[in-house]
This record gives sequence, C-alpha cells and structure tokens, in this order.
Amino acid sequence: MTSGRPDAPVSDREQRILGIIETARAKRPKFRDERITMAHGAGGKATQTLIEGLLVPALSTGSLEELGDSGTVTIDGLGLAMTTDSYVVRPIRFPGGSIGELAVNGTVNDLAVAGARPMALTVSLVLEEGLDATVLREEVEAIAAAARAAGVEVVAGDTKVVERGHADDMYICTAGLGRLDERATLSPAGLAPGDRILLSGPVGDHGTAIMLARGEFELDAPIASDTRSLWPVVDALLESAGSAVHCLRDATRGGVASVLNELARASGVAMLVREEAVPVEAAVAGAAEILGIDPMYVANEGKLVAFVAPGDADAALAAMRAIPGCERAAEIGEVRTQPPGMVLVETAFGGRRVMDQLVGDPLPRIC
Amino acid sequence: MKFVDEFRDAGLGRVLSGEILATVEPGRHYKLMEVCGGHTHSIYKYGVDDLLPANVELVHGPGCPVCVIPMGRVDDGIALAHEPDVIFTCFGDMMRVPGAHGTLLEAKAEGADVRMVYSPLDALRIAKANPDRETVFFAIGFETTAPSTALTLMRAKAEGVPNFSVMCNHVTIVPPLRALLESPDLRLDGFIGPGHVSTVVGARPFEFIPAQYGKPCVIAGFEPLDILHAIHMILAQLAEGRCEVENQYTRVVPYEGNRKALEVMAEVFELRPHFEWRGLGFISQSGLKLSEAYAGLDAERRFAVPGVRVADPKACQCGEVLKGVIKPWECKVFGTACTPERPIGTCMVSSEGACAAYYNYGRFAREREVV
Repeated sequence: MTSGRPDAPVSDREQRILGIIETARAKRPKFRDERITMAHGAGGKATQTLIEGLLVPALSTGSLEELGDSGTVTIDGLGLAMTTDSYVVRPIRFPGGSIGELAVNGTVNDLAVAGARPMALTVSLVLEEGLDATVLREEVEAIAAAARAAGVEVVAGDTKVVERGHADDMYICTAGLGRLDERATLSPAGLAPGDRILLSGPVGDHGTAIMLARGEFELDAPIASDTRSLWPVVDALLESAGSAVHCLRDATRGGVASVLNELARASGVAMLVREEAVPVEAAVAGAAEILGIDPMYVANEGKLVAFVAPGDADAALAAMRAIPGCERAAEIGEVRTQPPGMVLVETAFGGRRVMDQLVGDPLPRIC
Repeated sequence: MKFVDEFRDAGLGRVLSGEILATVEPGRHYKLMEVCGGHTHSIYKYGVDDLLPANVELVHGPGCPVCVIPMGRVDDGIALAHEPDVIFTCFGDMMRVPGAHGTLLEAKAEGADVRMVYSPLDALRIAKANPDRETVFFAIGFETTAPSTALTLMRAKAEGVPNFSVMCNHVTIVPPLRALLESPDLRLDGFIGPGHVSTVVGARPFEFIPAQYGKPCVIAGFEPLDILHAIHMILAQLAEGRCEVENQYTRVVPYEGNRKALEVMAEVFELRPHFEWRGLGFISQSGLKLSEAYAGLDAERRFAVPGVRVADPKACQCGEVLKGVIKPWECKVFGTACTPERPIGTCMVSSEGACAAYYNYGRFAREREVV
C-alpha cells in the first residue's frame, strides 16, 4: 500500500500529521449525527459514537463508564451484576433457535462473562397487533425452557401491544441479575501483555444462520444458531484458572473482531490473532466466502473470548473443551504491547494486517 | 474449500515471494498499480504486501466503483429517493458513500424508501411486486457489472414493466487509466490489470498500456497467489526488458473477452461525452448512459433529476496520490478537511483506499518497518 512501505525516514511533517491523527482518534467521539440510521445499531463505529458520545456522558456516575457486558453493584458486601438487552431479531424463528431462547441466553451470557452466576430475569414482551397466539405460546415456552436450562428464574414481566406495523411480530426485553462469583477478578484493565486469547468455539454461526433464514440470498446451508448459556463454560474457566482469567467477553454483535478491538482500545494493549487458529465451520466459511463477509465480524450467540495468563492457558483451554458445545475451543492469539489499541492478524496466507473496527453492518437486526 | 484453498496456499506464497525477491534489482524502487478495488481488497485481506520486498510498492488504482462516484451523483440519487412513491434500490456499499448532503443511509432514516439489493434483477422483482410505485435502480460499476444491468433492462423492456427505471452511473476502465498514463509526472512501473473487468472486455483493450506508454500490464485473478504471480510476471518483464500485456488469469479471462456481454452492453448503453470521477475530475467518454432505444427506462429522463454538480475542493490531490506522485499525508487536506468520517476524494471513501488506510493504520505501517 502506498502508505505501507515508506522509502524515506519519517519526516517531521509526517510525524506531526500522525500525531494529529492519533490525538483525534484518542478523543472521546462526539455524537453529531442528525438522525439515527441503521448503522447506529450495528455495533461498529456509529454505535460506539452513540454510546460514548451521548449515553455515557449523560448517564454515567461510575460502573457504566466501564462499558462492560454487565454493570456491577455491591449491596451490603454482596457483589451483584445487572444487565439488560432488547431482542428485535427478524425472522423470530431461525435454525437453531428463536427470539424467546435468544432473549434468555443473551442476557444470561452478559451476566456470565461479567463473572456472575445468573440468578433472575425480568421479561417484557412488546407484541404486534395480529400476532398468532400459537407463535406467542411457542415463544413463551422457549423462554421457559431456556430459563430452566440456564438455571435462572423469571421473577417479573410486562406486556405491551402495539398497532400492526409497529413491531415485527414481537420484541422482547429482558433484564438479568447475577451474583458475582468469588473466583472471578475480571476487568479490561486486567489484560496483560502475554495473555493468551482463547475462543470457546467456531465463529459466525448465529449471524450466518439468520442471514440465510431471511431467504434473500437463495443460498441453502446446514447452519444453525449457536445460542446457548455460557455460564457452564465460564464456571469451568474460573474453576480451572481462577484469577488467571483476566477478562471475558461475549462475542455477539460485531463478532470476535469487535470484541478484540473494544478491549484493545479500552486497555491500551495490542492483540495478535492467528487467523489459521480461528475455528470456523466449513458451511459458514463457504457462505461467508460467497457473500464477501469475514466470519470474524459475524455475530455469535454462544461464544466467548477469554484472556488468560500464559501459565494457565492450557488448563483453561482443556476445561473449556470439556463443556458440551465448546469442544472446538481454541487459542487464537495473544495480547501484546505494540501498537497500542490495535488488533493485528497473521493471515493464513502469511501476511499481516490490521483487523479494524466494523464500519457498517450489511445485516441489521440479528439479535 | 475446494478450488479456492489451492490459490491461498501459504507455502506456495513463500516460494513466489522468494522468486519475487530474486527478480528485483536491489536499490531500484518499483511502484505497481493494482487497478481494481477487488485486488486492493485481497491484498489487504491476505496481507499480500507483507510478502513483498521493501522496494516493491503497491499503489491502489481508481478501480473501486463505489468510491469514484462523485458527490453530485450521490446527491442526485438522494433527491430521487425522496421523490414521492419511489422505491430506490442500490448495492449496500453505495448506501454509506457521502454526497455533499449526507448518505443514502441517512436519506432512509429521513423516510426515503431506500432498499439494498444484491443484483439489478432483485430491483426489477421489487418493481413487479409494487406496480403502483416507481422502482429506481442506482446502477454503478465498471464493465464487470454493466452487462447484468443491461440484461435487466432488456428484460424490463421485453416484459413491459412500466414502473422500473435505472439511474446509470456505469463507467469504463480504459479512459481513467489513459488519463493517469497521460500525466507527465506519473511514477508507476507497471499495472496489475483488472481481472473481473477483463472477463468481459478481454485483455486486448489494455494493449495500449505497453504499446503507447511503455508499461507492462498483467491481468490478474483475485486470490493471493494470483496477485503474487502477477507481480512476479510484471517484475520479470521489467527485468528482461519486455513490455507487454500478459494474462495471469487464464482460467477465467479469454483474451478476446465475452462477446455476448459486450453485445448486450452495446445494445443498451452508449458513451456519455464526459463523466465526473470523484477526486479525478471529468474524464471524456468514461461513463455510460442508456441508449435511445432504452430512453424510456432512464431514470434521469423520467424524473426531474437536479443534476447536482459539487466541485471537489481544489485542494484534494487524489489524482497525485493515485499517480504515486505524493504520499497521502502530503496532500493539503489529508487528515484535516478530508477524513474517513468526511471524505473528499476517492482515496478516502473506501476503507481500503490509500488515504483511508494511511489514516487508520499509518502508525502501524511505520512500526512494521521496525519489527
């Protein structure tokens, strides 16, 4: 690339311009957009600008500032994690799951990766006028079954109905409460150079399954969503490696690439990913190839990324692999110091490149 | 994946990388332009430039069809999308390209019915499904995508679909290349020819590059081994004092092109006297419009398209960056008036454009020299 191979030493002017860019990038983004576009919901740069430029400055007094998957509160010495999420996936049914199951697992997973054992959920239903009662009944069943499987209790709820055309069948909002596990000392600040990056299984299943379920591509492939509770694998990680587990993230919207970029930026470290080590199902790789997308940016609903101290990484990986659904867990890279805030990939072809934040998302409403 | 993985073999990549190193003259600096945005994408995705010796530099060409659309055309498209009862269809990556007054994505948020399609035939399908509304397809691309637009228009005409029209922004590859080559300050040693375009036009239209301008041109495929192979072929030509058009992508590109595709294009399109390119200005006979026989399906005739002209700010130096005369950071507006959030020229619009890549990865690019 023109920029990639400078043939002269860095001039003062170039150095100064690089400095200006770096200062601009390090600043908290300002929310200047005049309207909300679909890009604000895609999990990439526009979402980040919305959160960091509008929501956090207006609302934060502490825990929110960390922008973790859950917030934490301590009440009379008892550490609790809280989170909330809305589910607007279209279509509401897809191979491997449905909106009801997603609404439980998604929120449970936000608690789990904060190192909290999921305890209780609230469920709010926004239903569209005309929704088939059979569909509703089945989704309520799906919520109940997923809650049982995850070991959480639904303790409160709400129902609203909106006019036809104001919701796609149904939307679900869930909030979750969990108890912080004493074995867990998780925080983006805990990332240390040398930490190994572990991934709990193949990437891109959920997003690809939704994409194909929409029937817009005339493509057919046996790909199912990976929606599942991540608490069992978090439990196993904490049991095997305890405080050597430095940070966990749920690789949902924006995929593994977005999680790595967020953390690299938040912690001022670099990450190196070995593309060849990243597990991808053959059918997902094939669909991604045809559609021209990178599975690293595709959403998952049952995959976490763990950052573990090098000495405990092998034990942690073995513990992960013993959990059903995580048999293909893998070490995909490591934390480094340079260049800070950036994620680099060693491609399977042998080159290196930057794995950047997602700028736009071709596929809205996947969860 | 069968028939794909073979062309991404890291071992063969290392072998080719060694051959390239053995072919270059130490102390000589080579600048090769990959004309096609698809090549730029592959180079970036696989880190191909990482496998090249430090004195072989790749310069991104003007061949990203989305990035070369001038702001005025985007604004015209947005105006059309806001027409009552219009369903405005385009490819997804077009929706984020800014005109002077926002993007199509923003127009959608303001209430315009903008829909992403994967093929012009999808747009025709939408037209048929919504007979009481007008469906407009915003057509972009080089000779690669022009035939599918042509076929769609032929079908719409044959079936008599009254509510379908096309806003044509198709461009041709040879005029911008000639414009680059005409420039006295050009600093390029050879061209990686556009594989996709060549499947349609063949290799012959590129013969003027060696014949008139004395630069080698090798038509290349899009897998990383294709690109390394083509680079080796160009460097071998330079080393042996040869200068010709060669076809690395023989498994797909016939030397004479695809006659059928050229025929449908000739029936449906005709050349515009000139067309504006983002950052490059007006280039004569570089754009296509619908021919008289298809005038009824031309959105620019059916609607009162404002015909917005937004002059690129004078200071934009995309042309010089593309010619390899200056580095992105040497441009007067780089990083100040022109940023990835508010791009002026084509090199900043695409995340893989030379300027955007430098803006985003500049520091990394420097550091990897040290690593």
